[in-house]
Formats: sequence, structure tokens, C-alpha cells
Amino acid sequence: MSTRLAKGGRLIDRSAATEFTFNGRQMRGFAGDTLASALLANDQMLVGRSFKYHRPRGIVAAGPEEPNALVNLGSGARLEPNQRATMTELFDGLESTSQNHWPSLEYDVGVVNNTLARFLPGGFYYKTFIHPRAFWKHVFEPVIRASAGLGKAPKDRDADRYEQAYAHCDVLMIGGGVAGLEAALKAAKAKKRVILLEQTPHWGGRAPVDHGTDVGPLVAQLAAMENVTMRLRTTGAGVYDHGYVLADERIADHTPGDGRPRQRLWRIRAGHIVAATGAIERPLSFAGNDIPGVMLASAVRDYVVNFATSPGDRTVIVTNNDDAYRTALALHAAGLHVAAVLDARAQVTGDLPAQARAAGIRVEAGRGIAKVKGGKRVTGVQVCLQAGEGAVLEEIACDAVAMSGGWSPVVHLYSHCGGKLMWDEPHAMFRPDPAKPPVNHDGSAMVSCVGAANGDGIGAGEAAMEAAWVMPQGAGIKLRSKMWLDYQNDVKVSDVQLAAREGYESVEHTKRYTTLGMATDQGKLSNINGLAVLSAALNEDIPQVGTTTFRPPYTPVTLGALAGEARGDIFQPLRRTPMHAAHEAANAYFEPVGLWRRPYTFPRDVESHAEAVHREVINTRTNVGLLDASTLGKIIVKGPDAGRFLDMLYTGVMSTLPIGKCRYGLMCNEQGFLSDDGVVARITEDTFLCHTTSGGADRIHGWMEDWLQCEWWDWQVYTANVTEQYAQVAVVGPKARALLETLGGMDVSREALPFMQWADGTLGGFPVRVYRISFSGELSYEIAVPASHGAAFWAACMQAGEALGVMPYGTEALHVMRAEKGFIMIGDETDGTVIPQDLGLSWAISKKKDDYLGKRGQARNHLASPDRWRLVGLETLDGSVIPDGSYAVAPGINANGQRNTEGRVTSTYYSPTLKRGIAMGLVHKGPERMGETVEFNTVSGGTVKARIVDPVFYDKEGAQQNV
Amino acid sequence: MSDPVSALNGASYDGIAQIHEIGPLGMITLRCKHDVKALSKAIKSAVGMAMPAPRRIVKDGAFGAAWMAPDEVLLILPYDQVTNALASIAKALKADHHLAVDVSDARAVFRVQGDKAAQVLAKLTPADLSTLAPGEIRRSRAAQIAAAFWAEDGGFTLVCFRSVAPYMMGLLTHSAQPGSALDMTI
Repeated sequence: MSTRLAKGGRLIDRSAATEFTFNGRQMRGFAGDTLASALLANDQMLVGRSFKYHRPRGIVAAGPEEPNALVNLGSGARLEPNQRATMTELFDGLESTSQNHWPSLEYDVGVVNNTLARFLPGGFYYKTFIHPRAFWKHVFEPVIRASAGLGKAPKDRDADRYEQAYAHCDVLMIGGGVAGLEAALKAAKAKKRVILLEQTPHWGGRAPVDHGTDVGPLVAQLAAMENVTMRLRTTGAGVYDHGYVLADERIADHTPGDGRPRQRLWRIRAGHIVAATGAIERPLSFAGNDIPGVMLASAVRDYVVNFATSPGDRTVIVTNNDDAYRTALALHAAGLHVAAVLDARAQVTGDLPAQARAAGIRVEAGRGIAKVKGGKRVTGVQVCLQAGEGAVLEEIACDAVAMSGGWSPVVHLYSHCGGKLMWDEPHAMFRPDPAKPPVNHDGSAMVSCVGAANGDGIGAGEAAMEAAWVMPQGAGIKLRSKMWLDYQNDVKVSDVQLAAREGYESVEHTKRYTTLGMATDQGKLSNINGLAVLSAALNEDIPQVGTTTFRPPYTPVTLGALAGEARGDIFQPLRRTPMHAAHEAANAYFEPVGLWRRPYTFPRDVESHAEAVHREVINTRTNVGLLDASTLGKIIVKGPDAGRFLDMLYTGVMSTLPIGKCRYGLMCNEQGFLSDDGVVARITEDTFLCHTTSGGADRIHGWMEDWLQCEWWDWQVYTANVTEQYAQVAVVGPKARALLETLGGMDVSREALPFMQWADGTLGGFPVRVYRISFSGELSYEIAVPASHGAAFWAACMQAGEALGVMPYGTEALHVMRAEKGFIMIGDETDGTVIPQDLGLSWAISKKKDDYLGKRGQARNHLASPDRWRLVGLETLDGSVIPDGSYAVAPGINANGQRNTEGRVTSTYYSPTLKRGIAMGLVHKGPERMGETVEFNTVSGGTVKARIVDPVFYDKEGAQQNV
Repeated sequence: MSDPVSALNGASYDGIAQIHEIGPLGMITLRCKHDVKALSKAIKSAVGMAMPAPRRIVKDGAFGAAWMAPDEVLLILPYDQVTNALASIAKALKADHHLAVDVSDARAVFRVQGDKAAQVLAKLTPADLSTLAPGEIRRSRAAQIAAAFWAEDGGFTLVCFRSVAPYMMGLLTHSAQPGSALDMTI
């Protein structure tokens, strides 16, 4: 059994006892423990069930490579699944539960899969569930989903806060082991700006455990240097082009609820990146290598030295290299029994084995494990010859097995951006190929590796290791079916060999077919072992088969950190007009218009939105309404060539517009399609103000600058987007003039300020520019005031209009009123495939001009064809409202078996003014078919009949707006 | 007439740094080729400043001039002096093609103060603040919105569009929460 030793423990504080729970069981650890070390100290060797077969699984590693010990951490609003116990710092009150078990960890029903394993071979998804098709959706998938899988997604809103931060440096050092610390010092002494990251809460990496190194002085020296920034608990997660690195800092994972952000995502720009990420020990592939109690040899000594936690009283060590003997010596030094070291090599000659022998430890050369005995924990091993087929020579009782198959440099960060690897045969590992690094813009190496990450020092001063990819080498199928390569995804040696036999020669295909290395650990333990088994099965060399691609992140990054500050109120920037607060106070229901939030309607009491819109329309048409039009785009265009420029941008002529007057204009893209519309006002001889749609302001401003900077760079024109400088209020309705006269300050009479003119002045003491333009068909003034007076002016208008029955109206009433007038709306009547001629807007296109943007596009056959769908009004015969998005159906079906169509609805509303449904739509040769009846499909099936009419439903003569 | 009201009416927050929305501040966008002779005279007459060098801002009390682009400067001045300044610019540049326009109300201005002010900004902008030169103005972004800023008086002055002022205040408040300093951990 695993337990806490009486003495030692480099990282634990025995004076700080810490209470935590696992599956509801109360347990005790010490400050400085990881959850994994604390679980072992409480003899909790069984920590989870495997993904596919639900086999019992225990802690294998002590670092981020841990595949098995994934837990649900916390509860409720602080529940997070798939947390690696080995990287989780213990804290008082920590709650954890195991995953993928049902009904309990100890008694799991899904383990039946284990006995059915031969029916679930590699690629079983592809083979088993193809036929009958319908079975996948209704039978296989639900069953597999219920029995497979790891943690469950949390249901509650995350209680924690996350943030991101940017950092910049000359050299980014990832990994705070000795190699990283020394390289950081060198760079710092060369006056570089250095950032040094370490994923654990401790500096030094493996050196303190393996060599007794004290890195304290080195750390202190670095910490004292002004040009060095050091961060613990920060994982370099991903390397991207141009020296961009994402790093995940776990600030308060171990102090939940202390008010600090839980995690912080660093976005770092580095001149050069140094990966000092060390190496990861490989498991050995022997039967039963997944039984709880079988651990990496390095992890065993980590638990003993760092946490004074013993995985068992009697440990068998199995290895193909000298390094594992450090574990034997560490166990021995801690007073624990090493039952035997089974060394796969025929000759064992190194210095470390000599030390082990001198300590009286039994060392057996040329031996391997035929099979591990035990179920939920190790009870012993069967010893065999590595060279043989697994005949059992002897059984050794033990409660832990420490295995070492050699070391693999952590080359992930080198590989993320395309650095290539080379095969190091003597050490059986891939190491960075210095000739093919990931490169910067100038071709220089963007990432370099130091220390074990570069393969340096691995096996140094030791006798040669000997690869032992399968143990024993001649193992039969029965044994190979119990040799786990990928613990998390339950992939065995036999699965990879089967894939090879079935023709999967590429490592990338085999990976996907068997799911090797595709779990949350991304194959940190399984990658090289699986590759070696595959290449042996293919009878090729490992470098010929190659390795799969390493991709970010190195270890999982929680979604909260990726979202950073972007949640809740600051999920995205919402644009608010100066009158926003007044709208909120008036119970506005807002709708998004681009990033703006505009009042859709202002419901009163128990009114539905539809009722509120009807009231707003009627009131505006009979009394007076106020619309917040501040979002309307406003772009100043000034210069000697301004008129010429606008003549090119708009389809109509703007250069002839007299000062003081307004003109409606259309803008098209080069293809001829309608892009934006709005009213242009001429302010002075060389200055125009162009109104754009609310959503189009930035786009059109960019469009203007594009043409001025790239095409017509010698034209003397400047533009400025002044959209936000002004609050704009539309005062609309028969009593609009009366309202403005109540405010007083300037002459707004028909004579002084006729339709389609503007004037500067004051109203109610506010500096204003008043435009007599109308989008509703009523007498209408649009009044611009500086934004910092917007709220006050709105309030003044509401007050001045009180006796006149003034009411604010929202965008929906605006839409209804413009549709009643047959005015088009960009985005409703247009969709990027519509030209102005389709919309009956030929009157706004100059025939005299040589050119304008879109003119040549509109001359193309298809656009100039009389055969197009064109705008008409539509009146249902029964007065109902045609559903939004309806198509006009035509006889027959097309080649795809779909009903033919001859038009579609673009705007459809109930008109409170006319008390019936009205619509506009594009209909094949529509304007030539006035009075005809067409049929539109409905949501419920069937069709509704509508008559083709003029699109202007209300006040065709314009008498209402021109008073 | 009412007094002009800034976007957030002087909202503030006190965390690891002090955040204040200030203003309204007078601002003029002046577009003109920088080799136009009369330009420096126009800037001088409007705000009393010399033409700023590329990517630099010159400030003196309430007045300032910032280089925004090869054909654009931003003039900063008291809100109530904008009209006069526009008139003097028009006079100085009457023979030259230019555009001068009042953008005071289109903007929101924030002060971020305290010894951790740079940390608050570093959470929002990808600009390298430690290489910010004296008198340098950066046109960058804060999270998802455009923002310009410069260092002065033991902190930073930050400018964004008025409509997104609540978002900017939210960003700064989030970034200045107690316990969120970026001091290194060893």
C-alpha cells in the first residue's frame, strides 16, 4: 500500500495539515502536496477508470504528462473536469471526484467492456457501426456516449475571474529547471530583457531530486536582476509565428475564492524563445502495465523525495537504462524495500547499477516483466527473459512497479511552429534538429532548446540504454493485448499492430484510426512507444515512419483564460448613444444594429412589442414622435476635388448640389451591387456631409479612404468620420414643427427651411444643425447636436412635445413607416446581389456621368437583363402578413426536385396605418406585372395569395412630408 | 443651454490603479499634408504648440498636439476654446487644402494613475509599454476597441470613442481589480 513516510519530503510542510476529499471521503495531506501525492499518502491508488474498457487506473506520473489521475475538481460554480491530480496543488477544503465511473469507482458496470475487449479493437468505430446507418444515431452513439468519456462539463456559471496580459521580451525562457535558469542568467548578463516561466510552483526541475542540486542561489541572483521577470505556475502553452507565445498562469487555482483572478493568459512577443522544457520518461510496454501501482520510475522517486510518499513497501523496478537505478537508490535511502531491478539489457555495467548492487539491491540483467499481477492494485510481477516469449521464471510479490523505458525530450514547443526533429538512435529519442528550426521573419531560429529538451545530458555518464519497445520482445497476442500504450484512450500494442496489418502505414492515419495520442494528454507518454511499435510492425525504421505533429496547447488551457475579460458586461464592446440611459429609463427594448444597441420599441405597461410598435407608428403619423438617429453614419468630405470624388462614389450627381441643400444618394461596389445609401448635405463650396446607414459608417469611411489612398491619391480630398461627434434626433409627425417652435430659437417654417434643406441655428438654446429629411413620409426634422448635449436635448424635446403628445419610437416603427412609404432599407431590400435598377431607383442614377463606381458592373449582361427579379409592393388578398423570408412559388420543379420560384419577400409588416399586411419583394419582371396575383409559401405549409402593387402604400404624392 | 456632459459623467474606480473618466476635452482632427508651410503656424495659433514629430505628442498643460498619421494631427485644448481654434486654423490655412473638424464630443478620455497604471494597460493593449518613449503616443487597441494613449503625470491618458466608453470603463475596472497586479512571482 502507498503511504506517507515518517521523515523527509522536500516540498511538504508537515506543520500545515490540509483536509480534502476524494469521492466524498475525508483525507489529510500537507501544504506543499499535490493532490496526487496526497492521494497516494492516503493509500488511494485507484483514481479513475479508463475511457473505453473502464479498467481501474492509478497515478502513473508526477508531472503534466499524467494520463490517468484526472479528477473533477471543486463543485458547483467552481467545478472543473479533467484536472490532473499531479499538477493540482493541495489546499484546505479541496473537493475532488473521480471520472468515468458508474455507479462508483470501486464497482464499475462499464468494466464489462474489459471482457469484451476483443470486440472493441482499434478502429472499432469505423468497423462496427457503419451498418445499418440508422443504428448509429439511435443505438450505438447514445450507448457509447453514456459509457465512454471523461469529465462532465460544468453546468453552473463560472464563479471566477480571468484576465489576459501582454508581455514583451528579447528572450523568453520556458522551463525553470537548471538548464532554463542557467540560460536565463546568460541572456540576462548579456543585457537582454528576459522572461522566465516555470509551470510548477518550484524552480529547479528534476535537478533537486536527481542530483540534490540547490538552485536557491541561482534563483536569487536572477530575481535581483532588473531585466529579468520570473513567473511560477505559468505554462508556456503554445508557440506561434513571429515569436508569439501563449502562456497560462494559474494564480489562484490553489487559493480559490481569495479574490484574485483564477488564471491569466499571457500573450508574449519574444525576440527569441528558448525551450528548457526537460524530458518525459517513457513507460515500458508489458502486460498489465496499467494496473494501479505501476508508475514511472522518476515519478516514484519524486513522490518519495519531494513528498515523502511511498507508492509501496516493496517495489520492483523494471528498466532498459541506468537512470531508473536512481529510483532504486532513493527508495533504499528512504528505508523502503526494492524487491528487484529487472533490467532488459543483457549486460548491466553502469555506475548507478553498481551503486545499487553495493547497496545490496538485487539486480537481474536480461529480464523483463511477463505480466503484472493484481486488479485494482499491484500484488506482484511475473519475471521473464526479455529475449523470450514470456515464460514465467519466477513471481515476485510487490505493491509497486517502477518502470523506465528511457527519456523523450519535450520538443513540443520546438515543433509547434514547424521545427523538425531528428532521431537519436543511441538514446532512442527524437531531438530537435538544429538545422531545421522554426524560423523568424528573417530566417533566424525562432526557438532553440537547451538541456534535456535538446536531448543534452540524457544518459550522460551512464551505460548505454537499449530500446525495449515490447516486453518481452517475443510476447504473444495474449500478452500484447494487455500492454497499454495510451492509457487515456485505451490503446494497446495489439491495436497498433492490427492497424499496421490493415494497411495503416502512415503514423498520422494510425493515430486517428486507433486514437493513439488523441486524448487530453496528447500522447505525452504514448507517442514514441506507439510509433516504435508501428514501425516494427511495418518493418521500417522509426525515422522513416516519422512522428505526428505537435500542436498547441502543450497542456490544456481552460476556456475561461482564453476568454479572459470578455464575458458579462464586457463580453463585447456595445456602442451606446448619448441618450441610452434615457431609453433605458423609458423601458426600451433594445436590438443590436452592428455593435450599437438601439431601441426597438418602448413598451408601456403590459403592452406587447407589436402593440407598442403600432402605437408608436400611429402616434407619429398623427402627433409627433422622436427617434434616436445618432447611430446614423456621418462623414465629412472636404477639398477642391470633393464634388468630383462624390460623383464617383454615388450613382447620382452630388457636385451640382447647392450649398444648404440635401440629396439622397446610392453607393455601389465595383460590381454594381448596391452597398449603402443616405442623404448628402452640402455644407460649403468644398465640404459635404455624407450620411450612411448605421451599420455602414466605418465600412464606408474605409471605402472612401481606400479609394483616396490607393487609387485617386492625387485628388485633393480629406474625409473625417464624425458619426459620434453628434447626437441626432428625428422629430417626426404633423406636429413636429410645433414641437420645434416650442423649443424656439430658429425659423423652421416651410419657407425658411423647405424639404431637403438644412440650416444651422439654435433650438431651446442648443447649438443645432437641422436637416429637413424624412424616412417616414411625415413632416420630419433630423436635428444634430454635439453628443455631450445629446441627453439634455432629447429631454428638452420630450418636454417641449408633452402637450403635443410626443412619444419616442424605436427602430421597428421606423421600419414599418419606411415600408409604408416604399423606401428601401439596405440589408432588407439588398443582399449584395441587388443593383439599384432592381429596386426602381433608376431615378437616382445619373445617365449623364461618364463613370461612377459600379457603372461598368451594371452594364454586364446579367445585370442589365430585363429578366431580373425587381421590386414591387405586395398586398395579400386576405390582408394577412406574408411570413418573413417567403418565396413566390412558380409552377414546376427544378433539377434538384425543388419547387420553382419567381420572387421573394424582402420586407413584410403589419401596417397599423393601413390596418393590413403590406410587403415589398423582388418578383420576376415585377413592375411589368402590376395587378397580377402571385403565391407565397407560408411557414405552416401552403401558400398565401398576394397582388402585385406599387411599393408606395402611403401618401404616394408626398403631401404629408412636404408641408 | 445645458453644460456639456462627458460620456460617463466623470466615473471613477479605485483598484490597483486609479481610473477616472475625464472631459469633456476639446479635440480637433486636423488633416493636412505635413509639408504645408502654414501648418505649423495653424497649430501654433490653435494650441500654441509646435508640430509634433512622428508618433509623438507635445503637451503643455491643457494644450497639446499629437501626430496621428502622415497627414493628420490631433489638437487638444479646453473644450470651450474649440470654436476659436477652428477659426484661427481656417485663417492660417485658408490657401491650403486641409480639413479641421471638432471631434471633442466623439471621444471619451480616461486617466489611469498610480504605480501600477502600466500593468492595467498591459492587460488590454498589445503595445510594448516598457519601450514607450517620452512623449510617445500609441494608436493601438484596448481589448476589442481602438484606443490611443500616452504617458503623463505619473500615469496614462487614454482616448477611445464615446459610444464605447462604458466598455472601456469596464475593461479598466476589470483590469484594476485588487489582487490582480502583474508583479513577478518567484
